[in-house]
Amino acid sequence: MRIWVPGDSAARALGADEVAEALAAEARARGIEARIVRNGSRGMIWLEPLVEVEIDGVRHGYGPAVPADAAAILSGDAPCALGPVEALGWMRRQTRLTFARVGVIDPLSLAEYEAHGGLSGLRRALAMDGAAVIDEVSASGLRGRGGAGFPTGIKWKTVYDAPGARKYIVCNADEGDSGTFADRMLMEGDPFSLIEGMAIAAHAVGASKGYVYLRSEYPDAIRVMGRAVEIAREAGILGADALGPGRGFDIEIRKGAGAYVCGEETSLLNSLEGKRGIVRAKPPLPALEGFMGRPTVVNNVISLATVPVIMEKGAAHYAGFGLGRSKGTVTLQIAGNVKRGGLFETAFGMTLGEAVNDLGGGSATGRPVKAVQVGGPLGAYMPVSMFDTPLGYEEFDAAGGLIGHAGLVVFDDTADMLGMARFAMEFCAIESCGKCTPCRIGAVRGVETIDRIREGDPSALPLLADLCETMKDGSLCALGGFTPFPVMSAVRHFPDEFATAKEAAE
Amino acid sequence: MQPPAPSLSADEIRAIIHRHLALEGPLLPILHALQEACGHIPEAARAPICDALNITRAELHGVITFYHDFREAPAGRHVLKICRAEACQAMGGAALAETALARLGLGWHGTTANGAVTVEPVYCLGLCACAPAAMLDERPVGRVDRARIDALLAEAGT
Repeated sequence: MRIWVPGDSAARALGADEVAEALAAEARARGIEARIVRNGSRGMIWLEPLVEVEIDGVRHGYGPAVPADAAAILSGDAPCALGPVEALGWMRRQTRLTFARVGVIDPLSLAEYEAHGGLSGLRRALAMDGAAVIDEVSASGLRGRGGAGFPTGIKWKTVYDAPGARKYIVCNADEGDSGTFADRMLMEGDPFSLIEGMAIAAHAVGASKGYVYLRSEYPDAIRVMGRAVEIAREAGILGADALGPGRGFDIEIRKGAGAYVCGEETSLLNSLEGKRGIVRAKPPLPALEGFMGRPTVVNNVISLATVPVIMEKGAAHYAGFGLGRSKGTVTLQIAGNVKRGGLFETAFGMTLGEAVNDLGGGSATGRPVKAVQVGGPLGAYMPVSMFDTPLGYEEFDAAGGLIGHAGLVVFDDTADMLGMARFAMEFCAIESCGKCTPCRIGAVRGVETIDRIREGDPSALPLLADLCETMKDGSLCALGGFTPFPVMSAVRHFPDEFATAKEAAE
Repeated sequence: MQPPAPSLSADEIRAIIHRHLALEGPLLPILHALQEACGHIPEAARAPICDALNITRAELHGVITFYHDFREAPAGRHVLKICRAEACQAMGGAALAETALARLGLGWHGTTANGAVTVEPVYCLGLCACAPAAMLDERPVGRVDRARIDALLAEAGT
């Protein structure tokens, strides 16, 4: 009997370990030979722990499961039965390209990885020369999924053209944005896809070493990735002849140390070098002078993990999904105060409202939704009136927001928008690297200015707007430069909350 | 469960440093390894690190103090991280954290008098779809409410 109980940390946070133990104990007591696989999460976090049992070759789901359900799950008559998992609406409506294997396979089984299409992208890439691989990635339209949306192919081409005997592939796995967990889920659920993506990138640009800079807040992901790298090394996917005779490529997992700003690529590179995570001025681009001053590809987890499926199925297949210049799929992460939270991979173009109301089912508290923060702590608060905005890079830009890493944090009508604006400034002050003045000082002044608004000082609001302009135009990186997005979007869309205090005081 | 923080001998410190010297950019791995071994970055490790990496004491101090993770003194026997980020706030995380801190009579980063637990703020654990979230040592906990926080604190020995 084959049973799956996710080992994903969100599932563990909801009691998956206890459920797995109860199932194992129950199976032992009944003398059933059960093989319990700790898979990744299917992404339906509201159903976690989601146990799956194979019945006549079909995986049936039970969730959210508690340890007391173990007996009934093994008998097949548990009240939390969901039927075949693949037939659930949430699963059927998705286009799972990057996440095709997450939740399906044993994350650390290379055999299962290969049986589900793994490594065929790398094999195809290795039969082509680097320039042809880059052309393929460019043709797919893949853009940086970390938030900036920069075309991946152009970045690779720059590194390819850069002179240098030693080049690097650095994976940015410092997923610090609230409301995002796609990187974590992928690394915990399908680590080989990231390794394969990095190997393809290394072959394309001529790199010999890769680093995964993984945040310390993700101990499970660090463990799984570390083990996956060892397995890949044993199998020769990494190592001295990984990319062909004498063409070595290896990967090292590096643990971050709790600094949000290290998700910014130049700060990440400094951190990797063993320095303070201070932002570097650009130029020079990391593509030309990155890690140790050498040509470096810095890509997000999802960008790199999407490369294998592009190479496997071809650029045209991938580019066939999406909207305008936002090609392929977006991995929506629906979070916060929402009834059905989780990860949903779909072609770009779905509207924000569909994602929140239709997929997410509205707020968890049952109260009206008030705002959705899209794209992490540096993303704008979108009011319900903007729910018709399609999820695409340009579409969100035009609406005064950013899609970022595609995290959607839902708030109900009890949210204190002035408080959230203040928090954005406070967070920026705590996490600022300190290099540039608009961010380091501006964020502190921002907190003070919002406090003055709360206290009813009528001169403070124009000052806040002015400060935000300065931060936006004068900051070196997105931390100081984008903190005005949540702040000013809260002011713009919820002016009453910034005005009432003033009028009350007058 | 974190083991009680042992103190490291000069030889042990040297061994930890030298184990990482072949890495490119070895400083963060060295600091993590030292902290794993004894719960903080011991003062006695500073001079050998500076010697081995050819950096100044000021540079090293800059790095240690830049990152939230590195400690100059050991934490309590357990570390409870409570998420302060937006998704958790949307589910009442701020009030929950206040309650927990008030119950212990601590501020953020404080350690209980019996040394059982240190409470730290964290900005996202990637558990945003089951907010509010916390982490006791390395164990993730989702949909935290007052009862669950009380249970975690009791488990930690407060």
